[in-house]
Amino acid sequence: MAASTTFDIRQITGRFVLEGASHVGRLTYFMADTIRGLSEVRIWWPRMLEEAWNIGAGSLFIVLLISAFAGAVTALQTGYQFTGSIPYYVVGTLVVSSIILELGPVLTALILAGRIGARYAAELGTMRVTEQIDALESLGRSPASHLVIPRVLAGLIMIPALTILANLSGIASGWISVKAVLPVTDADFIYGAQYYWRPWDAYYSVIKAFFFAGSITIISCYMGFNTQQGAEGVGKSTTTAVVASSVLILVLDTVLTRLLLNQ
Amino acid sequence: MIELHGVHKRFGKQVVLNGVDFEVREGETVALMGPSGTGKSVLLKTVIGLIRPDSGTIIVDGKNVNRLKRKELSALRSNIGYVFQNGALFDSMTVFENVRLGITDEDKYRDLEYCRQRIAECIRLVNLPADTIEKYPAQLSGGMRKRVGIARAIAGSPKYLLYDEPTSGLDPVNADIIDGLVQRLDDELGVTSVMVTHDVRGAFRVADRLALLSDGRIVMQGTPREFLDSTNPKVREFLERDFDNPSFAA
Repeated sequence: MAASTTFDIRQITGRFVLEGASHVGRLTYFMADTIRGLSEVRIWWPRMLEEAWNIGAGSLFIVLLISAFAGAVTALQTGYQFTGSIPYYVVGTLVVSSIILELGPVLTALILAGRIGARYAAELGTMRVTEQIDALESLGRSPASHLVIPRVLAGLIMIPALTILANLSGIASGWISVKAVLPVTDADFIYGAQYYWRPWDAYYSVIKAFFFAGSITIISCYMGFNTQQGAEGVGKSTTTAVVASSVLILVLDTVLTRLLLNQ
Repeated sequence: MIELHGVHKRFGKQVVLNGVDFEVREGETVALMGPSGTGKSVLLKTVIGLIRPDSGTIIVDGKNVNRLKRKELSALRSNIGYVFQNGALFDSMTVFENVRLGITDEDKYRDLEYCRQRIAECIRLVNLPADTIEKYPAQLSGGMRKRVGIARAIAGSPKYLLYDEPTSGLDPVNADIIDGLVQRLDDELGVTSVMVTHDVRGAFRVADRLALLSDGRIVMQGTPREFLDSTNPKVREFLERDFDNPSFAA
């Protein structure tokens, strides 16, 4: 019994290591292909503009809505925790910092991991299992410059842009909401927001969004490209893409906070 | 000329190609036959470099496909038209855009007027109505999708045409139309063709030479007459299924 358990563990570990190494190898090839395809600007540029429009126009409403709710909840919870011994202007600081440093970029990225990541993985996965990617290759065309680069670059441009808008929406919503629970004036809120304001916070927010955009687009395109076994495979790739990019967003959030804020 | 020497390919524990030697001469049409699941499509994909063999050599136009650099492989592929089993049309694009992607010369691809003329010509060659170019693949029947796939494959004026089961899933009438189309394109365009099929009747109708793939090897290559006269049990077994079919005799 003990022997068979040991064997199973070795087998599971071996499979895990082999699968991990295989993913690393394939991801390296995938990235090398993608970088090589960058020279074909004439191919990816028009497709990138189309993708950027799809991401921006398609995601704007949901991103603004969710960040507005996040801003409102932050403001209402701040109101609940206020004991009266803390100056009211601090509310402005709390709402602005919470939104810009954490909620804006992270919530936007998690929403877009579901929305864009799932779409990219499902689109490319379906193209893989219906041989459309093979067809592109058979025509002597690079799938990287036709399919991957436009999606990755569109994400790298639009996700940080959406994050900036999400930050503004969250702050505006928090500002309006806090006045419903605390006797905070506009002047108090603006004073608090400016008192602890560091321009670096805004850069930090955009830098985080940029890294999150990379993880969402690269993982979802990679998973879609490596889809196997028909409709079931497309479902599996889509789920894996969303879960993996969501986890990576949270890991990157921790790492970037440590690297960029705690020096 | 296409030459395969000792090509092996396995997926996991399953051996698909087990030392395939196969040859297609300039200007001829060869039908590669065999029961479903014997690796015919895998063999065809190795020719164009979509699947890399585990060992063996594949030579197209004197070039070893597996040793080509990326750009060289792209250049070689632009000389080969590949017709996929299910069309493999880009479903987010119209027929016009699908066929246009088949124009592999980048300067010609950018010339919209040339593309319009060439696409109209290809659509006419595959016997589709001119207004098909505005439609999306989802609006077409199975037979029409296959014909659009052929139009896309010939749009770049390739030297070689590789057909992967062009008649599978079609009713006999549509299968006959596609067989006739393959024969006519070979005659009119003077291309070298390889047609993978398990339809013996169509293969005899279209091909100059036949090859039978079984158990990962080419069991026999020869003219239709040589196949009919063969006493090889595997050839007899494969052919006799269709000989018993009255439509074959017709």
